[in-house]
Amino acid sequence: MVSGNYEPTIVGFLCNWCAYQGADLAGTARMEYPPNVRPVRVMCTGRIDPTFILKAFAEGADGVLVGGCHPGDCHYLEGNYKAIRRITMVRRMLEQFGIEPERFRLEWVSASEGAKWAKVVKEMTEQVRALGPLQWWENVREAQDAESVALGSAEGRR
Amino acid sequence: MEEPRIGVFVCHCGSNIADTVDVDEVREFASGLPGVASALDYKFMCSEPGQLLIKENIEKLHLNRVVVASCSPRMHEITFRKAVAEAGMNPYLFQMANIREHDSWVHKDGATEKAKALIHAAVERASVLEPLERKEVPVTPTVLIVGAGIAGIQAALNIAESDHKVYLVEREPSVGGRMIQLDKTFPTLDCSSCILTPKMASVGSHPNIELMTYSEVEEVSGYIGNFKVKVRKKPRYVDSELCNGCGLCMEKCPWKTDSEFDMGLGKRKAIYTPFPQAVPNVPVIDTETCVYFKKGTCRACEKLCPTGAIAFDQKEEIVELEVGAIIVATGYDLFDPSPITQYGYKRLDNVITSLEFERMCSATGPTGGELVLKDGSTPQSVAIIHCVGSRDKNYYEYCSRVCCMYALKYSHLIKEKTEADVYQLYIDMRCYGKGFEEFYQRLSDEGVNFVRGKVAQVTDQAINDEEKGKLVLVSEDTLLGRMVRIPVDMVILCPAMVPRADVEEVARRFLISRGADGFFLEKHPKLEPVATASAGVFVVGCAQGPKDIPDTVAQASAGAAEALSLIDRGTVEVEAATAVVNEEICSGCKICLNLCPYNAIAFDEEKKVAEINDILCKGCGVCVAACPSAAITGRHFTDKQIFAEIEGLLADIKLPLVAV
Repeated sequence: MVSGNYEPTIVGFLCNWCAYQGADLAGTARMEYPPNVRPVRVMCTGRIDPTFILKAFAEGADGVLVGGCHPGDCHYLEGNYKAIRRITMVRRMLEQFGIEPERFRLEWVSASEGAKWAKVVKEMTEQVRALGPLQWWENVREAQDAESVALGSAEGRR
Repeated sequence: MEEPRIGVFVCHCGSNIADTVDVDEVREFASGLPGVASALDYKFMCSEPGQLLIKENIEKLHLNRVVVASCSPRMHEITFRKAVAEAGMNPYLFQMANIREHDSWVHKDGATEKAKALIHAAVERASVLEPLERKEVPVTPTVLIVGAGIAGIQAALNIAESDHKVYLVEREPSVGGRMIQLDKTFPTLDCSSCILTPKMASVGSHPNIELMTYSEVEEVSGYIGNFKVKVRKKPRYVDSELCNGCGLCMEKCPWKTDSEFDMGLGKRKAIYTPFPQAVPNVPVIDTETCVYFKKGTCRACEKLCPTGAIAFDQKEEIVELEVGAIIVATGYDLFDPSPITQYGYKRLDNVITSLEFERMCSATGPTGGELVLKDGSTPQSVAIIHCVGSRDKNYYEYCSRVCCMYALKYSHLIKEKTEADVYQLYIDMRCYGKGFEEFYQRLSDEGVNFVRGKVAQVTDQAINDEEKGKLVLVSEDTLLGRMVRIPVDMVILCPAMVPRADVEEVARRFLISRGADGFFLEKHPKLEPVATASAGVFVVGCAQGPKDIPDTVAQASAGAAEALSLIDRGTVEVEAATAVVNEEICSGCKICLNLCPYNAIAFDEEKKVAEINDILCKGCGVCVAACPSAAITGRHFTDKQIFAEIEGLLADIKLPLVAV
């Protein structure tokens, strides 16, 4: 399935005040990085509903990257702390959906860290490229099959 | 909702976008997207004709949504929102696609494909955008200025002169900041205190300035135009109303400690003003040094004070202020060079910092203006080491901008006060300002020795008779291409200007970001050099980065103008993209109440539902994502709008058909 020139598509949810500005700075400073991350601007990582992340995967994203302010630097005081808690839950949900944990990443990128943004995108792109396209239905089916076999009724059900 | 008729405008940005993104291809692609009535491209969308193109098309084609694919919304969202509003469209029906900062500037291949995805996302989002109305709220016509160095003083006077009230808060017992510690200023060599003290006196007596020295900002709440600030006034133990500044208490106080103002080179009393021209001229008692506070006896000052101003029972006070704008002018610290152990600061005698040298040169300083070594003798030779901690990846990468010039000034002062030979050990001479190069030439003619190279070591280990009892600088002379050893009597280090020790705390208190260098970050490095990410909070002077006095003064006046244009308007528009509760759905679980960082959510006990105050709400959306009943909508960032954006963003991806 993984063709030689497979390019992953990654959705980035970036907070308006830090990560989005950091990405802007990477642009202003002309730091080249792969085009695989497609950003969605939100005001704060605290706004990121777990369904946004699932929606991105369901629509065909191979990875999701969340970028926010460093802990303590949130423009809305503590939105990123709330994001951390929610994202802990998201990670567990993704696992249950058969989505490899390496397809999801949370990063703190400040408004002055253009270089960090470029580096994170490079790393994430390589990481997801190595995993290949997201085939989570197949993963789920495999898991179901394994479960059926374990129950000794694989033939009976089909 | 009416059928969307979207106009897409793709900007070339000269060659900035058009060089990497195939604009024709992208425009063609956009014209085929659902709901798009028209797709056009233009050289510079932000230009006057570019904006006109948008306005004309709104009218001609009855567009009800506009997407501009150009730069970052942080750059021109306001420009285009204004343009569409002028054509009668609600500004919140405008959407930007960032195909420059996030695309053409950072990708070589794949920029066109990414631009299409970003535009598709913007189009999908635009079709479900909803109109919003901005509320206007009254502005408190006062300004808080934090820090009363030259930056704070200048801004305060500018604003006060326009007949607006200023609260000027200073942590130290007197105004004056770093500038009043300096002896002369480059390149004109005018005396620092001579030019500053008149301004200091003005802030002390101006009817529109409420000066709060020995005070610190404790808490900031509210929003642009309407901040609430708590200021902690530390007890001076001297009644400012009664004290007439005669100074008898300071003269008679028997207890001494190192003077912070004189960088520990001189002494001050337990009851003191930091320097003779202090404003206000009211001393404070340092409870760490005062024996009465430690042991309960002495009270000499109280007995001798002719006006009965000593007030040992004074308590700290919290003052609450209401202001419309805030200017942060908290200045800088000087890097402590002792970690650079090879330079011997605090280990070898007669290795001093620039500020210590300034105090030594000052006529009111610890040596009465005499340049002396630790043993009291006059130095025969002095070396000045540039870039100590600055332009050094181990410490601070940036250039501190003023050291080359003050080092030249020092050469002149040393020559004026002594017969000493002067050596400048520099990496590059950066004399870029008005009159700077001329000053450099003048000093070169005065017979200063310039050695180009980074000093490796300052040592007291002599290897010959000439070096005995001297400080020896070991350095490469990069112009001669060999190592040199220079024996001198005194070494002056030019340490980096660094952010204040408590910069992190202060940044959080005022909700402003910091740059990679640690200083406060301006909103835009070129076009908004004093605004910050927090609307209504401005940052000026060295708190924003190292700069000299003229630049600081210019920036302070810029900050004053920004603050004035805000408070003078009378009203300010507040964020329209706030959160709102649907009473029908709200279950009254109160989860959102504790999440809101601004206490904008209240619980209506009668209806048993949450209620959001849309003046206090800043639109972060934390409550929106947390509401288990999905009863809260985040305006302009609704689930529906974000889902539409994601769908558009990934519309080019072919999903495999799978059986569920």
